Amino acid sequence: MRAVCWNGVADVRVKTVPDPTIINPRDAIIRVTSTAICGSDLHLYSGDVPAMRKGDILGHEFMGEVVELGPEVKNLQKGDRVLVPFPIACGACFFCKRELWSCCDNSNPNAAQAEEHWGHSPAGLFGYSHLTGGYAGGQAQYVRVPFADVGPLKVPEGLRDEQVLFLTDILPTAWQAAEHCNIQRGDTVAIWGAGPVGLLTVVCAYAMGAERVIIIDRVPERLETARRKNAVIINDEKADVGEVLRDITGGRGPDATIDAVGMEAHDVGLENAYDRARHAMRLETDRPHALREAIMHCRKGGVVSVPGFYSGTVDRFPMGAVANKGLTLRSGQAHVHRYMRPLLDRIQRGELDATFIITHRLPLEEAAHGYDIFKNKREDCIKVVLTP
Amino acid sequence: MTATESHVPQPPRTVEVPLGRKEPAVDVPERWVSLIGGGVLTVYGIARGGVGGLALALAGGGLIKRGITGRSWLNRTGGALAVAEGPGALPGAREILIEKAVTVDRAPDEIYRFWRDLRNLPRFMRHLESVEIVDDRRSRWSAHAPLGMRVRWDAELVEEVPGERLRWRSLPGADMENAGAVQLIPAAGGRGTVMRVTLQYAPPAGAVGAAFARLFGEEPRQQVADDLRRLKQMLETGEVASTEGQPSGRY
Repeated sequence: MRAVCWNGVADVRVKTVPDPTIINPRDAIIRVTSTAICGSDLHLYSGDVPAMRKGDILGHEFMGEVVELGPEVKNLQKGDRVLVPFPIACGACFFCKRELWSCCDNSNPNAAQAEEHWGHSPAGLFGYSHLTGGYAGGQAQYVRVPFADVGPLKVPEGLRDEQVLFLTDILPTAWQAAEHCNIQRGDTVAIWGAGPVGLLTVVCAYAMGAERVIIIDRVPERLETARRKNAVIINDEKADVGEVLRDITGGRGPDATIDAVGMEAHDVGLENAYDRARHAMRLETDRPHALREAIMHCRKGGVVSVPGFYSGTVDRFPMGAVANKGLTLRSGQAHVHRYMRPLLDRIQRGELDATFIITHRLPLEEAAHGYDIFKNKREDCIKVVLTP
Repeated sequence: MTATESHVPQPPRTVEVPLGRKEPAVDVPERWVSLIGGGVLTVYGIARGGVGGLALALAGGGLIKRGITGRSWLNRTGGALAVAEGPGALPGAREILIEKAVTVDRAPDEIYRFWRDLRNLPRFMRHLESVEIVDDRRSRWSAHAPLGMRVRWDAELVEEVPGERLRWRSLPGADMENAGAVQLIPAAGGRGTVMRVTLQYAPPAGAVGAAFARLFGEEPRQQVADDLRRLKQMLETGEVASTEGQPSGRY
């Protein structure tokens, strides 16, 4: 089959690799019909996530048709059209039973490695480095899906791939990010990053009753897309974000702030130079500019929600602001299984639409170009969907 | 421990139980004899291969160590053992002792039944090749050793309390004396069962010990942790998470 393989920093290649096979009794093989490049794939692309190996098959946002089933998968049939959540979850452990699916105890074959990095191991993830299992991903013609009796959700008739594809990751990620904010009527929510997750979070936060959603970015077409979804936009290259936020909220600050940027935040000036230097010396693995701002500008007693991906340590973390303003910090990989069904219902009822972020539809063979324009924000790229 | 070492936070991976008394020192000419003789034995043993060869090689290693350290590893007698006191206790010598607790979301009885059928152990303990049942109490074990060889021993159950506790130890004549125990404790709040496992190995002598310890790879404690993680996965999900055999662009 053809698959998108990580070949090094800023180097992905579509290669011919062996077809996947059933390894465990609860596996399924899916023929991928649509897959997307995720913003978090760009962290792998830029080499900022450890434990990638040359030849790893990428991709964790994908859907398709069941073509083969292990003997223990009783709830699916060949030919079923399914969405596959990006965290792999067993459905039986302490964490799965509490719907903490991305914290599954039993799905990471490299759990010991993860424990060294993070204290405990989260769930295995598709196509997302060997720290989270080294599972071959779904930017391919076929993919093996472990615990296929737990994760995949059948797609009802009448919905196109594009309408539901983002249920596999970024829509639940955005929903959870907004849910973490415990939004009350009248709340103002500020989001750093108008990438795919940030843009979808605008929609989710409004759906939960936010009065006002502010988004901070510097890429004009992304800000424009956010404006069309009724967000108040701040271009952080042209304005002092703190000053504008204080002004908009009459000095109080947003009730909740969301870091939808993650570990590779862009900034200019001294702070950026400091982070880049520390990063280069491996004294700091992640560059948390957006996170620092989200903490500094959140109102007292507010919530800082962090859907953005971090892999290691951050430096100059404003813990004093967290402690003295009484902030609540919430984070985590999305518990996709928890949100897929209810969000699918909303899509079916026409209440929620995630297709507005798609800017590029490419054949799988052009994946390298897709990564390039997404990473470098060329051709007004916001979201790339690939068709194998 | 030196001051420098104390800055490196390394948790005790393998507990080596201290000896009851110091080994007798060996004089200098004897140390040279030990070194040379040990070297010859080791090379010959490796060249010969098989279990006999392994034994020779290991014995040679013991002599080399004796030559280097000036301490005999053959004349030692017992130190007290931390875990296997009572009926399962091993006599003396330098011990490898590994303790590890894992919480499994299953009832104690179910977990006990799995352990009680000792033939299940090689399914999750990677170093074991097989366990055969001889009779109600006795079993015959075979483990993978370095250089593609095997270590064998017979073992007997020394304690069984259904749903709570199981202990076994090797019988005299084992290639390597060892003992094991699993204790099942209901987790706080009814949240599964804490499975506390103790494994104890008494490698025959000095460098021999090091070689036998390699039964467990470089990190015995990590290997046991991995074994128990596999067991937890089997009990909770019916399979072991794996990517072995999946495709990649590496070939």
